[in-house]
Amino acid sequence: MNFGFTEEQNLLREQVERFMREDCSLSKVRELCNEQQGFDIQLWGKIAELGWLALTIDPKYGGLGLKWVDLMVVLEETAKGLSPFPILSQALSSTLIDSCGSEHQKERWLPKLANGEMICAIALYDEPNWISEDSIKSSVTLKESSADLGGIKPFVNDANLATHLLVMAQSDDGLKIAMIEKTQAQISVQPTVDTTKPMASVTVNGVSVSRDDLMDCDAEKLDYITNCGALGTTAEMVGSSEALLSLTNEYAKQRIQFGAPIGKYQGVKHRLADIYVDLESFKSLCYFAAWCADDKPEEFARAVSMAKGYSSDAFNQIGIDGVGLHGAIGFTDEYDAQLYLKRSKWARPMFGDSNFHLERIAQLGGI
Amino acid sequence: MDFDYTESEQSFRQEVQDFLRENLPPKKDRDEHFLKNWLEKVRERGWVGFSWPKAFGGSDGGLIEQAILKEEMALAKAPPLGTSMMGLAWVGPGIMEYGTEEQKKKFIPDILDSKVTWCTGYSEPNHGSDLAAIQCKAELIGDHYLVNGQKIWTTGAPWSQWIILLTRTDFKAKSKHEGITCFLVPMDSPGVEVKPIKNMAGDKHFAEIFFTDVQVPAENRLGAEGEGWKVTVSALANERSSIGEVTQMFSKLDELKELVRSTRVQGRPAAEDPAVRRQLARFETKIAAMKYNGLRYLTKQIKGEPLSSETSVNKLHRASLEIEMDDFAVSLSGEAGLQLKGGENAVSGGSWSKSALNWPNVVIGGGTPNIQRNIIAERILGLPKD
Repeated sequence: MNFGFTEEQNLLREQVERFMREDCSLSKVRELCNEQQGFDIQLWGKIAELGWLALTIDPKYGGLGLKWVDLMVVLEETAKGLSPFPILSQALSSTLIDSCGSEHQKERWLPKLANGEMICAIALYDEPNWISEDSIKSSVTLKESSADLGGIKPFVNDANLATHLLVMAQSDDGLKIAMIEKTQAQISVQPTVDTTKPMASVTVNGVSVSRDDLMDCDAEKLDYITNCGALGTTAEMVGSSEALLSLTNEYAKQRIQFGAPIGKYQGVKHRLADIYVDLESFKSLCYFAAWCADDKPEEFARAVSMAKGYSSDAFNQIGIDGVGLHGAIGFTDEYDAQLYLKRSKWARPMFGDSNFHLERIAQLGGI
Repeated sequence: MDFDYTESEQSFRQEVQDFLRENLPPKKDRDEHFLKNWLEKVRERGWVGFSWPKAFGGSDGGLIEQAILKEEMALAKAPPLGTSMMGLAWVGPGIMEYGTEEQKKKFIPDILDSKVTWCTGYSEPNHGSDLAAIQCKAELIGDHYLVNGQKIWTTGAPWSQWIILLTRTDFKAKSKHEGITCFLVPMDSPGVEVKPIKNMAGDKHFAEIFFTDVQVPAENRLGAEGEGWKVTVSALANERSSIGEVTQMFSKLDELKELVRSTRVQGRPAAEDPAVRRQLARFETKIAAMKYNGLRYLTKQIKGEPLSSETSVNKLHRASLEIEMDDFAVSLSGEAGLQLKGGENAVSGGSWSKSALNWPNVVIGGGTPNIQRNIIAERILGLPKD
């Protein structure tokens, strides 16, 4: 029994923290998101060099062979500063290839994902708020040596930043995933509340792919990749919540009203204490779920649903209170608190909202 | 990160399970004779005061083993490992840390052997949450102290033989935390009067206690004069992991699920109602969060990192769960949920309606939720004191 991190994991955390401080501060994030759609190829190169894209990939394919707990550390720390870099999309892509790809496909793609040469986004579900195989309407028509894609994936995270897309589609032969080059599809960036998490619709009508670029998928694997997405999103929520709590807490110590710091008043300090309680709790659930991902697969689904089911609504409330406790300043564009509120809106429905996950907990719990 | 147990930890768990299988009869067969035997047997095993040093008659049990022992006992719904919960939880540890050699010899063995029950004299009519402001007076006269004052909400007072009593010996001290002194007082001392208080559930668990010219020998003072606040704080810090509580909460959740499965709402099975399903899932998630919070803090303790006031996190969860789970059960059952034991349509023998009236035992005792929030805000988040 050990609910702590290793020396190596602590060093990794320090490394990410330094990168965020020196290379990816919030003013840099604002600049990237306002002017460059949230991307900087040089910084991406540095992220790749530091090995963060290779963490969970098998050493056979150029990876580091580490676990989700290690990746969680990176996601937690990058999300403290609302990094817009598509590390989670990249990790989910390599996870998807690892669980669905052939040996040949893994050899072709995983090394390039590990070193950042390919930037990959995943397009899973077609309908909003519907986590099910039935939500996938996009189709792939199988031919002798090629296949034709059809359909629109309206909500693809990071599609505009990617070089490649993994598109989930239905065929006569069950669920398939197609690896396409971004240039093959029609990408239309959508305006959303959170510019640090770009979202685009991807139209794949008439896109032709080689049979070598198709992978077999099934409901179980789709479920697994969704769980990994929910875990990664929760890890990011842990980091972002921690940063917003700390920002708000510091403000409560400094802002003087009625002759005292506002953090002295119970209306403020009790809300901050409640935020701490929620944060500690979904952090514990998230850490346990990350451990399950690699070491207790039979517990993974339930553990993830608890983590995401708790954090989705809690982080949303933390976003609201983080802004609200600041008073008017929190509401300004110039102040950073609002960026976290926007991130909380993004994270809430991603890979299942609380209703979806709570329902699953009920089912798994025999109700 | 590793949530598996080592071989020796697993074999300890096995030992506890084997013991329970052999020694714990079904609830209906647990009479007084059984209880006496039970207390002797768990004492023989060294499970009473399991974490205490061997020099004091404990077992030097490790933190993980303590957690396993509590978990298995709670899972089996076994009786407590001693008659004096407070004696084992904080009076004993307080005496081991601050007591004289004579006090250690006199009090520790009796706590371990379940020969005495202790209660805790902290709250007063005018000083509950603001505990450090207590006014119960102790005055040194020759070789004894003269105690005058009143305590209230003292759980277990009607049947306890001893009380750990917080008094004020210096009314001119610079701060309210100074000038407090702790005593170990027999409840049958002349001048001690106990008046049980009936709570809203009809139980008489707590009482007011009046002290009128009670003579307490100076040798019964615990710690130095004016050191009482330190003794209290450090003794309360001995409350360890909440793993036993978590196991109890999980069994309560199982009972709640049973109730849902057998209940109809507006003519339809309650288990089909999405709102009901989500609420159960929220309870389960919160209890799991308590479990993993507890394990995370346990890991910190094992690594020797100082624990701040993290236990307040789980206390707040426990408080809201205590209220919400009973409330949920009562309201789910509609009119039938109102009936108490003996009612023709009482649900689960009236146990939910009864415990829906008893939550303050857990929620108020040991510090109200708002006090826990103050503790988190001030000690962990570093916000200014009120």
